[in-house]
Amino acid sequence: MSVKEKNKSPAQAAVKEKKQIAVKLIPIYIMGKRYEVPEGLTIMKAMEYAGYILIRGCGCRGGTCGACGTVYRKPGDYKLQVALACQKTVEPDMYIAQIPFFPVNRALYHFAELTAAPEEAFNLYPELFRCVACNSCTKACPQGIEVMDAVSALKQGNIAEAARLSFDCIQCGLCTSRCFGELAQYHMFQLARRIYGARIAPAAEHLADMMKVINEGKYDQFLDELKQAKEDELKKMYQEREVEPMTAGEDWKPKDTKYL
Amino acid sequence: MSLAYYPGCTLKTRARNLEEPAVASMEALGFGLDEVPRWNCCGAVYSLADDDLIHQVAPVRNLLRVKKQGKAKLVTLCAFCLNTLKRANLLMQEDAEKRDTLNDFIDEGIDYSGEVEVVHLLEVLRDEIGWEALSQKVELPLRELKAAPYYGCTLLRPREVAIDNVVAPTILGDFLKALGANPVYFPESTRCCGSYQVIRSPGDIAEYARPILNSALSSGAEILVLTCPLCDYNLGRGQKELIKKGSGSTEMPLLYFTQLLALALGLGPHICHFELNHGNPESLLKEKKLLSQSRSVQPIGG
Repeated sequence: MSVKEKNKSPAQAAVKEKKQIAVKLIPIYIMGKRYEVPEGLTIMKAMEYAGYILIRGCGCRGGTCGACGTVYRKPGDYKLQVALACQKTVEPDMYIAQIPFFPVNRALYHFAELTAAPEEAFNLYPELFRCVACNSCTKACPQGIEVMDAVSALKQGNIAEAARLSFDCIQCGLCTSRCFGELAQYHMFQLARRIYGARIAPAAEHLADMMKVINEGKYDQFLDELKQAKEDELKKMYQEREVEPMTAGEDWKPKDTKYL
Repeated sequence: MSLAYYPGCTLKTRARNLEEPAVASMEALGFGLDEVPRWNCCGAVYSLADDDLIHQVAPVRNLLRVKKQGKAKLVTLCAFCLNTLKRANLLMQEDAEKRDTLNDFIDEGIDYSGEVEVVHLLEVLRDEIGWEALSQKVELPLRELKAAPYYGCTLLRPREVAIDNVVAPTILGDFLKALGANPVYFPESTRCCGSYQVIRSPGDIAEYARPILNSALSSGAEILVLTCPLCDYNLGRGQKELIKKGSGSTEMPLLYFTQLLALALGLGPHICHFELNHGNPESLLKEKKLLSQSRSVQPIGG
């Protein structure tokens, strides 16, 4: 024990000792090179621990932006697996490669000119018909989307179904990376969801009514009051606000209805 | 009674006039068409290359889904889908090595070895309902209508997937007779419409159509009866080209067999989507007083 460490309190020494015992290192392979990283880290944090500075292939770190699509394989299994690097924790002897971007075709269009006709997708993405139903895209989806079924829906002209099936798509591009028909599934699905939202889903009629009420200035005074409030007042208002209970039904209303 | 049913992509878009009258007609006859869950493209054309197994994946995956659906028989309306699915089915029945390779690759939890029987709707009408029983369900006989049954290739070729006699088929003519129409037999009824060759040489579309249309017209046909959206596309466009070139002046209406079925059963024109047809069939059908509104049909028991 060194002189320096002798001066530490017993509690500090215990904490240090405990840390040393708790941190177990496991081997992983990043792009083929072996590193030892603490278990329990996500793939993204393990890469940073190993010394990588991520300026691409990382975004929200919360599993929703789709920037960190990752392919990995474990020993003894020929099957490739997929994950988001910010979500998946490392496992011993994983082989890891990130695919932050895939240079797939993305059609340019003027959305205002597009209709809900099936032919819009056919014309913008004719490679749609190169699909041979191999299902590799579905296997590569970290979101568990039935990617091939959504491609089939587009081929069948069912834009609403393609939009519904692909609702959870985060555009990571792993489907595309595995497609030997060179389809741009995630761009096609985004087109489908745009067309669905603007041309197929029924318009929310109450929105126009609400916009009218706002434009007529119903909330101007309330907003001014908030803007002029002191920090303490704001905190008090925030803390005392009425919160809708978790069990509230459709007809729940706050006690103070002046904002409705 | 319900039958596993494979529509095919085109029937959901350009050829809704083939599908919708069929679904309504079969329901009226007491047979529900139960769409295969999660079906995908049939493969569009059967791959003839010996080492091109990847193009068998699409049809085989559909057949596997029929097996998962718990059905022993699959009905199709599109002659091209029938051909592709039926030939892939034969491959799975007959070639053990390719069957194993495909099952390994398709990876759906269960294997497929050709258990499902693939049939065309015309076969259901002939073999399970029967022409006599069908004719008794006709509310609006298509008398006066001189209809030429056109088979094209894919219902009849190759021989091992044919739904009828390869050189002298009668199934479509018998169907038309059961509906009360006058079938017009013509020599070129099994000649190829040009199939996908027209993609390679779009300029030839009229020349593929010419002998077929001339043969039907000179035999006295008023309409041509089809089972396949690709035939409809090629003959419909070909006919327009021929008229543009100065051969003939009026377009012969092209109709799907299912539209005639729905009309004869008295289901009315509104489910037939005549707006999608080539050759404006409505004026002729109106002239023949075949566009009356729907009447009720008693289902066939079962």
